[in-house]
Amino acid sequence: MSSFLSVRDLKVHFPTVDGVVKATDGLSFDLEKGSTLGIVGESGSGKSVSSSAILGLHRRTSAIVSGEILLDGVDLLKVSDEEMRRRRGKDVSMIFQDPLSAMHPYYTVGNQIGEAYRVHHDVSKKVAKARAVEMLDRVGIPQPDRRVDDYPHQFSGGMRQRAMIAMGLINNPSLLIADEPTTALDVTVQAQILDLLQDLQREFESAVIIITHDLGVVAEMADDVLVMYAGRAVEYGTTKEILTRPEMPYTWGLLSSIPEVGGDPNAALIPIPGNPPSLLSPPPGCMFHPRCTFQHLVEGDKCETELPDLVPGSRSETHLKRCHIRDSYLVYEQEVLPQIAPDLVEER
Amino acid sequence: MSNQGPIGFGDPNDEELPTFAGMPGDPLPTDVEESTDDAVTFIEPESAHAPSVAQPDAEAILEVRDLRMYFPVKSAGIIRRTIGHVQAVDGVSFQLPAGGSLGLVGESGCGKSTTGRLITRLYEPTGGTIVFDGKDITKTSARGLKPLRREIQMIFQDPYTSLNPRHTVGAIVGAPLAIHDVVPKNKILPRVQELLEIVGLNPEHYNRYPHEFSGGQRQRIGIARALTLQPKVLVADEPVSALDVSIQAQVINLLQDVQREFGIAFLFVAHDLAVVRHFCPEVAVMYLGKIVEIADRETLYNRPNHPYTQALLSAVPDVKQAAIGGRRERIRLEGDVPSPINPPSGCRFRTRCPLAQEICARVEPPLLQVGKRHKVACHFAGELGHHPDRPITASLLGVDDSGTPNPGATPSELVGDEPGYADTWFDLERKTMASSGS
Repeated sequence: MSSFLSVRDLKVHFPTVDGVVKATDGLSFDLEKGSTLGIVGESGSGKSVSSSAILGLHRRTSAIVSGEILLDGVDLLKVSDEEMRRRRGKDVSMIFQDPLSAMHPYYTVGNQIGEAYRVHHDVSKKVAKARAVEMLDRVGIPQPDRRVDDYPHQFSGGMRQRAMIAMGLINNPSLLIADEPTTALDVTVQAQILDLLQDLQREFESAVIIITHDLGVVAEMADDVLVMYAGRAVEYGTTKEILTRPEMPYTWGLLSSIPEVGGDPNAALIPIPGNPPSLLSPPPGCMFHPRCTFQHLVEGDKCETELPDLVPGSRSETHLKRCHIRDSYLVYEQEVLPQIAPDLVEER
Repeated sequence: MSNQGPIGFGDPNDEELPTFAGMPGDPLPTDVEESTDDAVTFIEPESAHAPSVAQPDAEAILEVRDLRMYFPVKSAGIIRRTIGHVQAVDGVSFQLPAGGSLGLVGESGCGKSTTGRLITRLYEPTGGTIVFDGKDITKTSARGLKPLRREIQMIFQDPYTSLNPRHTVGAIVGAPLAIHDVVPKNKILPRVQELLEIVGLNPEHYNRYPHEFSGGQRQRIGIARALTLQPKVLVADEPVSALDVSIQAQVINLLQDVQREFGIAFLFVAHDLAVVRHFCPEVAVMYLGKIVEIADRETLYNRPNHPYTQALLSAVPDVKQAAIGGRRERIRLEGDVPSPINPPSGCRFRTRCPLAQEICARVEPPLLQVGKRHKVACHFAGELGHHPDRPITASLLGVDDSGTPNPGATPSELVGDEPGYADTWFDLERKTMASSGS
């Protein structure tokens, strides 16, 4: 029995005049109902492109999507456009990052939320509006029967994001993709939205993919984490494994480049040097090697010539990493951790 | 491709950075030259990017006293009468030490960005005073502001909208030089290239347009532009929040490097508490136009006394939670920030405060100094879980515990509205005045 959502070797390639942009190149992951997958990575690492592919949002004329996306046993890449349209918003739905630009400024919030319902249910506008009020109430908007007639600009940022969530959940989707759902929000509102997402997930038993660059959000929300770099998964495993015993230098870089509010105040902030590579001409070998500061741990020029496979690390079968360094978790504990979190080393 | 491969910034051995102060034909103001004399030497890799340290004795380069900014709200229709005011900033006082950094944190709409813009005099304040380097700049005329712009510069949040898309990077970074006529026309380009190199960009790219750069690179352009005139005060308004995580660290380290080298004082406005903690030895928390707590970094983050600061800190998602699993216990704040057009009476936080009592609606809590470098505006100030049952401020304000004026009591003289810190403060434990000597 396979998982509820099973993505196998997903590739999204964009042919351009300059060459093929491999935005996602061979991505595989599984997700069960009721659990949460966090996808982390920088912009351009393929997080959003991959999730758009699950929703079938790529135009056939401009993107070549291949691989398998099995949702409850059905390959979403093989179904007709008509069928995909029936599923989109109902089985699979998405919450976008910027609710102001994701909502139409000329229509009321209630109208837009109700529309999402009417597309999939043969009901009158009145019923749809009542349903919209119900959803607005569910996501914690005060006086929903009055606010339903407001326009998006009359909502605060947090309320808009709640309205987006209401829109995304109005058809009880079994898979919800949240693309940076709290990035534009303040911390106390972010906490409210994350609480809400978690409550709703429990209530509807949805599978959730949360795309973010905030490792703190991932740590608190996700069961599994997938770290992406330049279109590929570079580390994949349970949240606890990935965030406490990361085995890939890119993940180390992510952890070392963010200050922590509760961390050691003397911890250094070690950025990842350079910029993400161009996806038009990705570097040969390991995509991360031009920015990697641990290449000397690998004999020869393996990093420059050979793309490492995503294989189990040395500690656990379920913790996959894409790195040539042997026993890299030891390198993390002995070299990286003392620099970024001296207080944690003592605890261990 | 501009974003291909590493550009070498962030490498501790990067030797290009510190060459700035000694560059040829550099029209450094003399006093800046003095302060950077010893910083001309290369930054040692071990000490590079160290978080800045508080210097309590440093003289204040900027002093803000009871600053107010009210934006009028106009009615619709032909006759647009003023029907109210957005009290964006309402009585803010603080000092910024020369070469130091003060962090301003708070949620959107709390007035932190407006405060930054007031200091750069992009707005004219409704009330209060801003004293920069001994001069009152609150009412300086537009003409008088021109020299001021050399001293106080700003880095904007959004590197996409703060750079003119029709100007080349060379024109953007060189514009301040041309406007202020500090170098001859033929020296502008080499100077621009040096600046680009300082901020970790390829100097050959001066003739490119902003859209050809990534977000992190654009922010570097913004920093180069702010550095062009070698200001004494830099207002950084959310300088990294639009950037990718790995790039954020590069920019933060770059800002720390330029601060150390040129002795620039930073007013660091951000909503990211962790970034502010990393950057600023002193932090002020704002809520709805007022400072609710201001303290040195250690006190504010480890022993916050204001319920809002406590809620704010508990709301930050923590990577360490991965080891435990699940969500962290947090103080839940309900609802949204109230409208600044018609803020709540008394304490502005009371509508969302878990501690609020009658007095909070009646009397506004003063920003009371409760430690050597710690001020808090709350009737029930105390560490989390140790908030007092009775308002500590009642006797000081001459009111009873419910906030009604008490004819028997005389209000004591409070150190509330003064910027900076006094030598005496109110000890929360003993409920008496204490001083640094005792």
